[in-house]
Amino acid sequence: MTNALSRILETRDWLLADGATGTNLFNMGLQSGDAPELWNEQHPDRIKKLYQMAVDAGSDLFLTNSFGGNASRLKLHDAGDRARELSRMAAEIGREVADACDRDVIVAGSVGPTGEIFEPMGPLTHAAAVEMFHEQAEGLKEGGADVLWLETISAPEEYIAAAEAFALADMPWCGTMSFDTAGRTMMGVTSAQMTEMVEKLPNPPLAFGANCGVGAADLMRTVLGFAAQGSERPLIAKGNAGIPKYVDGHIHYDGTPELMAEYAVLARDAGATIIGGCCGTMPEHLAAMRKALETRERGPRPTLDQVAEALGGFSSASDGTGEDADAPKRERRGRRRS
Amino acid sequence: MSDEDDIILSELDDEELVQQMFDDLYDGLKEEIEEGVNILLERGWQPYDILTKALVGGMTIVGADFRDGILFVPEVLLAANAMKGGMAILKPLLAETGAPRMGSMVIGTVKGDIHDIGKNLVSMMMEGAGFEVVDIGINNPVENYLEALEEHKPDILGMSALLTTTMPYMKVVIDTMVENGIRDDYTVLVGGAPLNEEFGKAIGADGYCRDAAVAVEMAKEFVARKHNQANA
Repeated sequence: MTNALSRILETRDWLLADGATGTNLFNMGLQSGDAPELWNEQHPDRIKKLYQMAVDAGSDLFLTNSFGGNASRLKLHDAGDRARELSRMAAEIGREVADACDRDVIVAGSVGPTGEIFEPMGPLTHAAAVEMFHEQAEGLKEGGADVLWLETISAPEEYIAAAEAFALADMPWCGTMSFDTAGRTMMGVTSAQMTEMVEKLPNPPLAFGANCGVGAADLMRTVLGFAAQGSERPLIAKGNAGIPKYVDGHIHYDGTPELMAEYAVLARDAGATIIGGCCGTMPEHLAAMRKALETRERGPRPTLDQVAEALGGFSSASDGTGEDADAPKRERRGRRRS
Repeated sequence: MSDEDDIILSELDDEELVQQMFDDLYDGLKEEIEEGVNILLERGWQPYDILTKALVGGMTIVGADFRDGILFVPEVLLAANAMKGGMAILKPLLAETGAPRMGSMVIGTVKGDIHDIGKNLVSMMMEGAGFEVVDIGINNPVENYLEALEEHKPDILGMSALLTTTMPYMKVVIDTMVENGIRDDYTVLVGGAPLNEEFGKAIGADGYCRDAAVAVEMAKEFVARKHNQANA
């Protein structure tokens, strides 16, 4: 199956993705707690500007403003029944921006987590999750997204449900998880486990990887973890521009454009093909990343020490992979029938 | 698992049974925890002792391993669910016996955010530690927090956010508390994946809790400090 993303991946050995959505929208006046997706309808000009900023800064691919565009998230804003429509609008605006560009730019339809916990610990059934993701996928497809882009996922069940939904929508897709808890996802998934899960899917993604999480250094460790598994599938690195701080009434991320440029080059050296930012990554960061990727030579795969030296230390001593995979567990007194 | 490894809870002496309950909590075995609680009650244990020595003791181990990245959310949810089973038996008895309580907390996820995984963990572990918890759920505008504070007069207000688009709302709540002159009546603890200590300080919270285990430790510390001040 060929599509705009697979075609561009055949000719390029790295792609620059986009940066932050939320951080940029706040700067345009989004109020904390409000649904960014409603702006697809209320302020399409601002969403267009959001996309255009990424394209102008050199992004080859940008995500649509539809991260929270599923029924479960939108129902908070009394828009639970508008998931398909608002997602379609997000992609339509994206299509318009990409088509007006004189180079190839990919419109990636963002799909974020439902925010609910799967059975048996939570209320979400596999069928309900597939239905929700499918609804959003159809909207993004109608709006003209080139590819669907699952992001910030913690639970393997959710990743698998989304994959199934994307098959129903007959759309190519990419998918990243957020490794924010001691180098694993909140649900305990390691980079090695994610790689294994991805390869077992009946409709695997075009590319997979990590987004958000803690800082650029942690994200790099995760990417190195994927690479160590030897998957042939393109890897995605979309890290935050540092750590969020509260300055003068605004959220500010402490990562500089120089740091993000360093991160982009290291991510490519580590084996990532699609490289971008996440929270806090503004157009100036993207421009610096683009320049670094274009002008700097590829280097050998960095070691963890080199990553820490360039980007800062890690949030935890281990990320549960490699020699640490068999980390000590609590000694049990004896087994009982459960 | 072979049958010969099976342990019959009622054949264990008190100390062994409590140790076994630690393991069963760790493994999230709800029925075994309920059975253990009932056995200790039959042996004449005070409900408060069962809560603190067996359940809270066990959850402390779970909390420490969660904090240290050995256990993750699914295991902690299972453990908390097992503890809930034991708590359901103890709660009415605790009320009858007038057992001491650690303190109270109102907790909720801020407006625009539906993520309640972390909040629920904090709620359960706080209850496990002997706090009275009023959970006002998800998507709370500032009015909801103010109403709940007015109604329940808790020691602590807990706020959670999992999105970078909703975390600034915590400041809206704290600022409103300041405007209404009630900020200093409460200890405000905040938590959620995108937050950090500096953020907590910048928005005027008393503490940032990296995870549910830290939340419990911090809550205990603040309540103890408050009591000391009151007695001084």
